[in-house]
Amino acid sequence: MAKYNLTVNNTPYTVEVSPDTPLLWVLRDHLNLLGTKFGCGIGQCGACTIHLDGTPTKSCLLTVSLAEGKSITTIEGLSEDGSHPVQEAWKEIDVPQCGYCQAGQIMTASAFLIKNPNPSREEIREAMHENICRCASYNRIEIAVEKAAKKLS
Amino acid sequence: MTAKKNTIDRRSFLKVSALTGGGMIIGFNFFSACKPEVELPKEIDVSTLNFKDFNGFIKIADNGMVTIFAPNPEIGQGVKTSMPMIIAEELDVAWKNVHVVQGGLDTDIFERQVAGGSQSIRHGWDPLRQTGATARQMLINAAAAKWGIDAAECTVEEGVISNSKGDKLGYGEVAVEAAAMDVPKDVHLKEPKDYKIIGQDIQNVDIDEIITGKPLFGLDYKREGMLYASVLRPPAFGQKLKDFDDAVARSKEGVVDIIKFGNKLAVLANSTWEAMRAKKALNAIWEEDTKLESSEDHDKILLDLLNGKKFKTLRSDGNIKKAFANADQVLERTYESPFLPHNCLEPMNFFAHVTDEKVELAGPIQTPKGTAERIAKKLNRDFKDISLEMTRMGGGFGRRLYGDFALEAAEISNIAKKPVLVIFSREDDMADGIYRPAIKYRISAAIKDQKVVGYHLKEAAINGNMYGLIPNFFPAGAIDNYQVDVANYKSNITTGAWRAPYTNFLAFAEQSFFDELAETMGVDKIQLRLDLLQKVKGTTDVRIQYSAERMESVINEVVKRSNWGKTKEGVYQGFSVYYCHNSHVAEVADVEMENGIPVVKKVTCAIDCGIVVNPLGAMNQVEGGVIDGIGHAMYGDFNFTNGVPQSVNFDTYRLIRMKETPIVESYFIENDIAPTGLGEPTLPPAGPALANAIKAATGIRLTKQPFIENKEIFG
Ligand code: FES
Ligand code: FES
Repeated sequence: MAKYNLTVNNTPYTVEVSPDTPLLWVLRDHLNLLGTKFGCGIGQCGACTIHLDGTPTKSCLLTVSLAEGKSITTIEGLSEDGSHPVQEAWKEIDVPQCGYCQAGQIMTASAFLIKNPNPSREEIREAMHENICRCASYNRIEIAVEKAAKKLS
Repeated sequence: MTAKKNTIDRRSFLKVSALTGGGMIIGFNFFSACKPEVELPKEIDVSTLNFKDFNGFIKIADNGMVTIFAPNPEIGQGVKTSMPMIIAEELDVAWKNVHVVQGGLDTDIFERQVAGGSQSIRHGWDPLRQTGATARQMLINAAAAKWGIDAAECTVEEGVISNSKGDKLGYGEVAVEAAAMDVPKDVHLKEPKDYKIIGQDIQNVDIDEIITGKPLFGLDYKREGMLYASVLRPPAFGQKLKDFDDAVARSKEGVVDIIKFGNKLAVLANSTWEAMRAKKALNAIWEEDTKLESSEDHDKILLDLLNGKKFKTLRSDGNIKKAFANADQVLERTYESPFLPHNCLEPMNFFAHVTDEKVELAGPIQTPKGTAERIAKKLNRDFKDISLEMTRMGGGFGRRLYGDFALEAAEISNIAKKPVLVIFSREDDMADGIYRPAIKYRISAAIKDQKVVGYHLKEAAINGNMYGLIPNFFPAGAIDNYQVDVANYKSNITTGAWRAPYTNFLAFAEQSFFDELAETMGVDKIQLRLDLLQKVKGTTDVRIQYSAERMESVINEVVKRSNWGKTKEGVYQGFSVYYCHNSHVAEVADVEMENGIPVVKKVTCAIDCGIVVNPLGAMNQVEGGVIDGIGHAMYGDFNFTNGVPQSVNFDTYRLIRMKETPIVESYFIENDIAPTGLGEPTLPPAGPALANAIKAATGIRLTKQPFIENKEIFG
């Protein structure tokens, strides 16, 4: 066990966990931030995507020690009330089916749109390719990202 | 459909009472009559709503706001939105004044509290409308009594009752009086043309919680003092635990206990990571219990079954022997599909807290009642000691019909006497599944004088066979000499329902076969199906549930919408049509060649599922079903070597991803027929539409799933 100082959604936290603990489980089990989901644990599904200093990062592969001193944003911190343009677009398009993958999808999309505020459909498909939606809400994700881009510009 | 007099005595499923704080509450049941002695709460506290006697509640507050409490499990089919829409429609309130709450979940009796089989809407349609309409009538009666006029002189709009003098009373103002009224015997249901909510695009009622990451799912369940459990199960089907050494695992940080139960070991720890990590340090020795089977064995066994004589006949019309003996030409094909895991994105999990007083359960489950019963039996407890709280489900696809994970949680907590959350890793989820069984079909057709005169379908499957009315689906009734034969092999690999059981692959076999049949006969592919359907019109065979007319209409619709045969150069199309889960669906896939490989760009889908309650949600189901069908037909592959699954995570098991998805266009046939299933029926026709398009693009006929394994096409 070791102590780690983390900054999540602009709030400082101190946790005591073993150094190999993935950030995903620190968020979920220790900080009670349950919006970040577990899907595969090996970086293949994107359900656990968070922003690490603004970069979309799979928290199941990121050990807690590497997250220290960085700014971590989870779905809970994207906006206070679901008013981030990506969340709004998700709502307007009514994207979710079961909803389980959607926090990860939204986190990937919101980081992507900062890097590429005016993406083509092809670029959107490329950017969202790493996030699995088992319910296959892919068509709507594609349209919602496009809609969010318009809102942001 | 016309407005019909309600002949069911609503007293048998509905009870009304005034609330102490003002307003009224209505308790209702879809099917079961509630006992006369049941009491409705005087206050609304969601946790105390009694879902034992009612499976839904409607509260009409004194300000006219309507809250619908329903304990429906939501697995992503949108029923938590569409079922309240049906009530609100007949109740005649504005949707913006309706609030839907997942009710207290102390469930044990809720007949259709099973999400699966695309049947929730079909079964709920009448009772939900009658409930709404009955409540409306009682409110009207109360207003009429206040005004001293006949109820027939009142009109309602969006929760406001008016009389001819122009007086107005809101629902909230008469709710208390309404609660004291007799439950009326006859209520009128609306004509579909008068619908104001049904048929509108309504957003998922949980959308805000989902997009902000609120804890909704089983994996998000937490309880003070709860331990996380990671379970080590036999690595191969057919193995059992011989011996184990847990010394190293026990010494790992955070481990509280290690428990042996049955052939499994559970690591209980203070966090998920600690439980999963210590599990890897367990040293277990396994021994063979029953035969360790491999996919090659299954392939051989199933082919032997198809070549053999051990069949059970499920339907037989005319005389296929004679038809084949006299045929000008016979076409025979064999189609093959592997096992498939469900891979719900939320891995299996369940919470249990077993004490001497009670058994508390919580988690994502499609069959709460049956599961609670099994647990009562396993733990030798009284059924009334058990409570089960349903959480939202991160996908179901059939997997959460089976309560194995809940049983594990209960067993572990029973031994540990602690609250426990069992969490499957993805590897556990895939390796300890209840899979879609591997199946092979052989279809032969007898052709005489350019007509299909005989049709023989043989099924060889692992563990179970097609059931119910499936042998009576198209082309049953369309061909004079018709026979369906089934055979199975009992394996120790667990199998079960997987989104659109059996039809998810049967549709591929049959709809690929009809294309080949048309090619063999040199006739138009779509015309062949249309011609066959003519014979089914006016059938008196009660086993035949599909409608030739409805099938024809989805065919015509998809032909029109997909620009069938008129697309630009380089676009190759494939067609299929199928009936299952009481809905008729036709699909056309558009394929283009990219770098020598066929890529599906678009799927056009025409659906007749009766009245579409919520088009926005319905289209989401269609898009999901089609892409799921394409994805699994293309990539779904799951093999065993000596009982061990060969892929257990998404690095080796391929699910369809964004860049591989076509755009799905959906078109609903408008009619006034009661709504039918939508979660499943768009999946089966997707695979064959794609296979038929790939044939058009490459000249190569696919007979085996997954398609990607075909080296000739995909390299
Ligand atoms: S859980 Fe991290 S990528 Fe799947
Ligand atoms: S909505 Fe169910 S996994 Fe994406």
